[in-house]
Amino acid sequence: MEIKILGTGCPKCKTLEKITREVVAQNGFQAEIIKVEDLMEIMTYNILSTPALVVNGKVEIKGRVPSAEEIKQVLAKY
Amino acid sequence: MEEKKRIRLIVAVAVVLPALICLYYFLPQIVDLFTYDLLGLSSGSHLGTSVNFFFYDTVKILILLFLISSLMGVVNAYFPIDRLRNYLTTKKMYGLQYFFASLFGAITPFCSCSSIPLFIGFVKGGIPLGVTFAFLITSPLVNEVAVAMFLGVFGVKATLIYAASGIFMGTVGGFILGKFKLERYLSDWVKQIQAQSEIETEKWEGEKTPFIDRLPSIIRDGWDIVRKVLVYVLIGIAIGAAMHGYVPEDFFAGYLSADRWYAMPLAVLAGVPMYANAAGIVPVIQVFVAKGVPLGTAIAFMMAVVGLSLPEATLLKKVMTWKLIGIFFGTISLFIILLGYLFNFIL
Repeated sequence: MEIKILGTGCPKCKTLEKITREVVAQNGFQAEIIKVEDLMEIMTYNILSTPALVVNGKVEIKGRVPSAEEIKQVLAKY
Repeated sequence: MEEKKRIRLIVAVAVVLPALICLYYFLPQIVDLFTYDLLGLSSGSHLGTSVNFFFYDTVKILILLFLISSLMGVVNAYFPIDRLRNYLTTKKMYGLQYFFASLFGAITPFCSCSSIPLFIGFVKGGIPLGVTFAFLITSPLVNEVAVAMFLGVFGVKATLIYAASGIFMGTVGGFILGKFKLERYLSDWVKQIQAQSEIETEKWEGEKTPFIDRLPSIIRDGWDIVRKVLVYVLIGIAIGAAMHGYVPEDFFAGYLSADRWYAMPLAVLAGVPMYANAAGIVPVIQVFVAKGVPLGTAIAFMMAVVGLSLPEATLLKKVMTWKLIGIFFGTISLFIILLGYLFNFIL
């Protein structure tokens, strides 16, 4: 799967990226993680607040940093 | 989350929340016990009172910060900003949309890195510029840190005045800026987005994760805010405590008093380019007030510092021309000055 972390570089966005990478590594998900910092590209996902977690083009979580467990549940669906 | 973990979470909240409220309530006695009995400082001495004041203020403010940040997190879990946008685009509001946008600016936690995506998201959804401005004015001005600091330092009445006038200013300011027809001063790429804007028809989709499972991260966010501003709170209170001792009584009364009409614009214009965390600036402002600056002038200064700043202007540059930023800042500064005069008149 393809995971995108949307965020312009605020501390929360970095936290989300870190947690996501940990979850992917610990659970052996086959995923490519891309950090999107370009504002124009971020805005194509129609979100209002960063950070956001996008999996295979679908916005799963936006505007907050979820727990590792929640990310695991989201990723397990794919 | 498993059932066991959920129950443990509820029990933890049921124990910690009342404990924090009790601590807040009995804080003066506890701090007295600590400084005078445990540390053995004499209650009449200068050092004794300073240490007492420092511990009391710090702990009180930290409790307030944590509780208010968590509370705002809960409100936001039920009312995320997407939902507001959905209301604003799909419902007829008869002028109330400015008020709602402003009110929501107050209750959403402010994060400067989110303000640009938010601005564009509003424009994209076809929300008029004036309504977007209403949100943009109140969002940094009235936020969880500012409210907690005000509550801890100046009490309930001043906090209500601050929050209510901030929301009022957002409403009226947004309405007036909306009348100016400022769309042409947006950056080119934002204009393009606006041209392609479409009224959102999709229904607002709620979070799929149940609230209880989001509670841990809400509480963690509240704690994060406390941790992040802790150092500013400490510095602010330390500077405040030092000034209490060394700045003579009525030092500022001479040239910043209410009967000097030029004091207000000076205080506001000095505050606009400045950027300080509300956590650090409020304890210092308290000293200004204690040393003779009228509360209205102090609130106006604080609004200018927290609500408008050079870093914010450079961020807005991504979506606006300098001219629009100038009009925005100019209008809001004027409003703050007028509000300041009003405060000094009625307080």
